Amino acid sequence: MRRLINQQPSVLNSLLLAALPFALVLLAYAVASEARLSINPDDKLLPDWSTIEAAIIRMGFVADLRTGNFLLLEDTMASLQRLAIGVAVATVIGGLIGILQGLIPYARAMLANFTSVVAMVPPLAILPILFITFGLGELSKVVLIVVGIVPFIVRDLALRTSELPHEELIKAQTLGASTWQIILRVVLPQMLPRLIDSVRLSLGAAWLYLIAAEAIAAENGLGYRIFLMRRYLAMDVILPYVFWITFLAFTLDFILRVFQRVTFRWMYRGQA
Amino acid sequence: MSSVSVENVWKTYGRQTVLERVSFEVAPKSFVALVGPSGCGKSTFLRMLLGDEVPSKGRILIDGEPLMAEPSPERGVVFQKYSVFPHLTCLQNVMLGLEFAGAPRLGILFGRKRREAKEISRDMLQCVGLGAAENKYPSELSGGMQQRLAIAQALVKKPKILLLDEPFGALDPGIRAGVHEVLLRLWHETGMTVFMVTHDLSEAFKLGTRVIAFDRRRTRPEEAEAYGATITFDLPVHHPIPKPADVVLKEVQPIELKAAV
Ligand SMILES: Nc1ncnc2c1ncn2[C@@H]1O[C@H](COP(=O)(O)OP(=O)(O)OP(=O)(O)O)[C@@H](O)[C@H]1O
Ligand SMILES: [Mg+2]
Repeated sequence: MRRLINQQPSVLNSLLLAALPFALVLLAYAVASEARLSINPDDKLLPDWSTIEAAIIRMGFVADLRTGNFLLLEDTMASLQRLAIGVAVATVIGGLIGILQGLIPYARAMLANFTSVVAMVPPLAILPILFITFGLGELSKVVLIVVGIVPFIVRDLALRTSELPHEELIKAQTLGASTWQIILRVVLPQMLPRLIDSVRLSLGAAWLYLIAAEAIAAENGLGYRIFLMRRYLAMDVILPYVFWITFLAFTLDFILRVFQRVTFRWMYRGQA
Repeated sequence: MSSVSVENVWKTYGRQTVLERVSFEVAPKSFVALVGPSGCGKSTFLRMLLGDEVPSKGRILIDGEPLMAEPSPERGVVFQKYSVFPHLTCLQNVMLGLEFAGAPRLGILFGRKRREAKEISRDMLQCVGLGAAENKYPSELSGGMQQRLAIAQALVKKPKILLLDEPFGALDPGIRAGVHEVLLRLWHETGMTVFMVTHDLSEAFKLGTRVIAFDRRRTRPEEAEAYGATITFDLPVHHPIPKPADVVLKEVQPIELKAAV
């Protein structure tokens, strides 16, 4: 018998193993739901499939009576818009500051301590301040996402920039590059794929801040809906929404990963 | 095509003296091979020539002018690793130096200037035998090809001085001989002054017009920190390559230098 660390599952076994945890969770839910409903048919905690299905149709495929909108679509668009603006702004700000902090000694002297301290401020703790300052509208939600993920992106990018081989920077100088040209042609192109990695890692946090902000003050959005439905114990709506958010987050991550692979082939060439 | 004079240069890091009393003059169009045991300060010396490090004492002159305290296009360099940019293809790597000079704002050339830069870079790639690889990324090249690319990238700027830090250490002897030929040819054509650090004595004597060795004169452990390495021999090499017997003879009798006063 070979050691466990040397045993590789076959392709088929890998697929089965990958599916197993998902199947187990679904099975556990089905069993628990069945058990509760058999005791009390009006139980709302673990609705059965047909109830969930009805809720999905109601939220996703039937226009709302009051507004004429499809609620799931409206919520999704509202949330994705906030998320996209917040993450885009954070990416630009974080990328710029990160590169400057990682490359330029004067910028590092000024910013390194500041960003480490700011990174320790819990963003949700300043949410009230944001609401007071920027009002209850879209701006405060976007700002929360930006404030929440910029410190991470800055620190991650500064670290990666400073990890660029010293030789490359020397080489660029012997080719006659100015600081600005080094940033444009040597540092930035090599940091862009890393910036995407950094954004991928921050997406989880970005969703967290988005949903938190929506839960507290919003008129639509995925987080708003979930917390609204909580008042009615409407698990049949909450569960599909959670599933949908997870799916969206996963898809975004996937898109970024593919985008990075396709756009920055040099990182992956010759590694086969 | 520059002369270099090194005047009583010392280098210390904290309390550790790495190099001391290093002085010599190099005539234009020399090919200086620097040898010495690991850790004796060869790379440190090269970094001082490059302007990446400043001598703790003494000074270095190029054509009689004090050396600029940061790297500049008149001094090209090839390191053992990380000499080329991984995110650029071979052609882009070679063009980069021309683009820096021709486009101060964007660092990218367009139109006719771009075509001209491409032309020059293609010729350069041809010179080092990489004509067919112009669209490959460095990660797709072998070690020898990467070093030839690094040489092409440095030479497109027509540096007066070329600094090489163990550029061929990782290459097998067959490939190495090929790269040697390329380097010698380009050196003859351009007339630049070359400094090359190497661990390989036969390489040093094959390529160099002059071989300079650094070593510590004091080797007792308690003296290791206070005393640095200095020049222990300095040999002119007359090509064609001297017979091995001659070389050995000279090596055992270190030449006293005016530097080692
Ligand atoms: N930045 C630095 N800070 C402190 N000490 C340093 C620094 N750079 C080099 N040294 C010391 O200087 C000495 C010489 O280093 P150097 O890299 O020049 O050696 P070398 O002759 O190139 O060796 P090798 O042949 O192994 O490359 C070493 O003892 C090293 O510890
Ligand atoms: Mg070295």
